[in-house]
Amino acid sequence: MKAKPVVLIAVAIGFAVGMISCGGNSSTTTEQPAAGAPAGGGTAVDQNTAGTVTGTIKLDGTAPRMKVINMAAEPACAKVHTTPAMTEDVVPGDGGTLQNVVVYLKGDFSQYKLEVPTTPVTIDQKGCQYSPHVLALMTNQPLQVTNTDQTTHNIHPVPKNNREWNESQAPGAQPISQMFAREEVAVPVKCNVHPWMKAYIAVIGSPYFQVTGKDGSFTLKNVPPGTYTVSAWHESLGTQEQMVTIGAKESKAVTITFKAAAAAD
Amino acid sequence: MNSPRALRNVHRFAVFTACCTFLLLIAGALVTSNDAGLSVPDWPLSYGSLLPPMVGGIFYEHGHRMIATLVGTLSIVLAVWLRQVESRRWVRWLGVVALGAVVAQGVLGGITVLFFLPPPISAAHATLAQLFFCTVLSIALFTSTWWERERPLVADSGRPGIHSLAVATASATLVQLMLGAAFRHKAFGIVPHLMGAVLVTGLIFWLAGVLRRRFADVLALRTSARLLHALIGLQLLLGAGAWWSRVYAAQFPQPIPVMVTLTVIHTVTGALVLATTVLVTLVCYRLARPSGVPLRAFTPDSGASAGQSQHQGAL
Repeated sequence: MKAKPVVLIAVAIGFAVGMISCGGNSSTTTEQPAAGAPAGGGTAVDQNTAGTVTGTIKLDGTAPRMKVINMAAEPACAKVHTTPAMTEDVVPGDGGTLQNVVVYLKGDFSQYKLEVPTTPVTIDQKGCQYSPHVLALMTNQPLQVTNTDQTTHNIHPVPKNNREWNESQAPGAQPISQMFAREEVAVPVKCNVHPWMKAYIAVIGSPYFQVTGKDGSFTLKNVPPGTYTVSAWHESLGTQEQMVTIGAKESKAVTITFKAAAAAD
Repeated sequence: MNSPRALRNVHRFAVFTACCTFLLLIAGALVTSNDAGLSVPDWPLSYGSLLPPMVGGIFYEHGHRMIATLVGTLSIVLAVWLRQVESRRWVRWLGVVALGAVVAQGVLGGITVLFFLPPPISAAHATLAQLFFCTVLSIALFTSTWWERERPLVADSGRPGIHSLAVATASATLVQLMLGAAFRHKAFGIVPHLMGAVLVTGLIFWLAGVLRRRFADVLALRTSARLLHALIGLQLLLGAGAWWSRVYAAQFPQPIPVMVTLTVIHTVTGALVLATTVLVTLVCYRLARPSGVPLRAFTPDSGASAGQSQHQGAL
């Protein structure tokens, strides 16, 4: 009889530990072969036959109203903004277009030698916001993180397929250099010091990508002839895709439309 | 025998340590609710120093570390003090257990930072915090004059026995807190925690009802029943409020005060519910004896001594 409570406690704790251990959503980095690593042993893309994919990303409907970010907890950043800082979940472009969309080609590039740019892509922390809000780079291309704020940040990408890291950066500190080894669209980036700071880094296995700007357009040059999927990723509106076939020296235009209603969820 | 004065002082110190631990629980809950767990990327130092700039999430995370350091120091003093003045070996060892728990808790906290908040470790960190709080409160109870004084015992002839029911309630509450911690740290969804809430509410109402019916003339047990009723009622309201606030806060770009406040109060009230069930269990063991066991006044030094009970449990 005396052992009864002890057994009960052990069973109860065992049950809870078991449930926690079995719970999904682990943040452990999965070590998998790089899906879209740049091919190193193929041939260079023939400039005489390479084509171009151009296009525009449209927004159908009215973009949801962005929210004001309360920076009262960080006066050094609040004073940088002459108007209230806003969230950047859905940023419309000119003429019904959409900004901050990562457009890239999906296809088999294994026969080509695709050079990884050595020029770093820079993301800055300015006014306690990441600038740019969305960026794209190639696998193993250097990423440079700078801090122009008069406050300390921590840069914390939360990838699914790449190595997670979390580094602090004091005002005036040297830029942080990192890279991502595996293709991933897109890696969320946050700053735990300032929980409103969010950015996305798209890591693409080929050089055929672009993030849309104010005019919502994109141009992917030097594409070898072939059939590809044009994939457009947006942080809150999801992914849209279209097939495109490029012949020798051919240029194809693509229009992809996101529905604004999807952001209301 | 324990020196009454020394015991009184160590009891006061244990109460003070428990109060500081409660503050630490609040600070820890603030870290989670403000999503500030990784605002300081290094450990054991913070940004390579003992006093980093206390801005944004760093205020919560480093503040938590500072209070934890205080509680760790208090635990060392408590363990050493108990070793010097406490004659009961098991109470001395309980001080060592508390010290071991706080050290383990610090290491778990470090692992959560260095490995980016793995849900099982974060949930274990949150759970061990509650167990440490209960341990310190137990030490405070065992060193109190109330516990030391010779007291009449009461018979418990009901089924299930009050000991079993109290232990089951405390155990279920602990499991429920583990499920809540696992939900907060995104190990899994809300459903297990909601199911646990139903079970724990039922058990607490059952335990409180039994305490009121069987031990109506024992002040400590009658008061325990009232306290349990009040706490579980408050906790249910807070749980509903915390859930609503999380849903409401999802539309904002950052944690908002109403969400932080309600979730933190819900979390620490959960700690109070667990602590109360543990203390009630200990008080039941102190005052009630299953029927068939001779009722003799209990002296904590020897376990039991002669002396008839003045109470008989009312069933």
